[in-house]
Amino acid sequence: MSLAGPFLSHSRSPPRARCRDATGGTMRFDEAASRRQWFEHRLAPMLDRLYGTALRLTRHPADAEDVVAESVAKAWMQLDRLRDPQRFEGWMFHILTNTYISEWRKRRCRPPPCGNDATEPSELDSDSFTLFQQLHQPFLLWWGSLEEQFFNSLLQEDLERALDALPDAYRVTIVLVEVQGYTYEEVAKLLGVPLGTVRSRLSRARSRLQSALWEQAREAGMVLGEGDGGERR
Amino acid sequence: MSPTALSCEEVIERLFDYLDRELDPQEAADVERHLHRCRDCFTRAEFERRLRARVAATGTAKAPPWLYQRIRTLLDRFDGAGPIPPADS
Repeated sequence: MSLAGPFLSHSRSPPRARCRDATGGTMRFDEAASRRQWFEHRLAPMLDRLYGTALRLTRHPADAEDVVAESVAKAWMQLDRLRDPQRFEGWMFHILTNTYISEWRKRRCRPPPCGNDATEPSELDSDSFTLFQQLHQPFLLWWGSLEEQFFNSLLQEDLERALDALPDAYRVTIVLVEVQGYTYEEVAKLLGVPLGTVRSRLSRARSRLQSALWEQAREAGMVLGEGDGGERR
Repeated sequence: MSPTALSCEEVIERLFDYLDRELDPQEAADVERHLHRCRDCFTRAEFERRLRARVAATGTAKAPPWLYQRIRTLLDRFDGAGPIPPADS
């Protein structure tokens, strides 16, 4: 994804300097600089979340930066379409999501790179695995609360690794719902798939994610079963 | 519409729809009523809610400093404006 081509071809003249203020009235910017200042001041506090969301969607820092930069450029060019400045944040995230999905669709039309099979979902994927049930197996040995032990041991990077390992279709769906807070219907429209597909992808994504977290916990010695020697490490 | 007493199985079936706010108000109230009186289902719901919150938290990551600069350079290309004051000014 590159920003160089399309954006250089745009006019350098600033978009019309008009926007509504917090009370819903129309606000005019006397100078292009005040419009730019308004935009940057609202964008700055969101940038870590825009970047983080893009990182979860793309899995790659350089791609995430491209998605954020392209989204910001689109938002700046389309600022006149924002009727209510109070909705700037949601509007910005919507542009980010659409920017990513548009690029994702283009990439899906290309042949997958070698060794990328693991990122494809399978019809045989189960949606029945639950971490909670695994943690409550009677033979597991724990100190104190099961849930507390698990959450205390769960590192952010473990979770990110498990999310990144999900097939694209699952990862995008769970990020749109759990990170960005879209409804199932909104996700269906964004991805152009039936509502039932969103539900099944989400269910399988959660199952795979929890299964991966369970495996990570076992590999890290966080939980021990009967076959692991019977003592906590 | 009168409240419906849900079984544990019915609540677990609806749990993610409930956490995702996909249930209508009456259905959500039915689930909540069950969660208030069923310790096992409440424990499960809390576990999923916490895990969901941890997943949501992965949507925030420190943006690299060069991304800020890249965005400013990009905006400069559009409007030719000078330096912009920092966000907290």
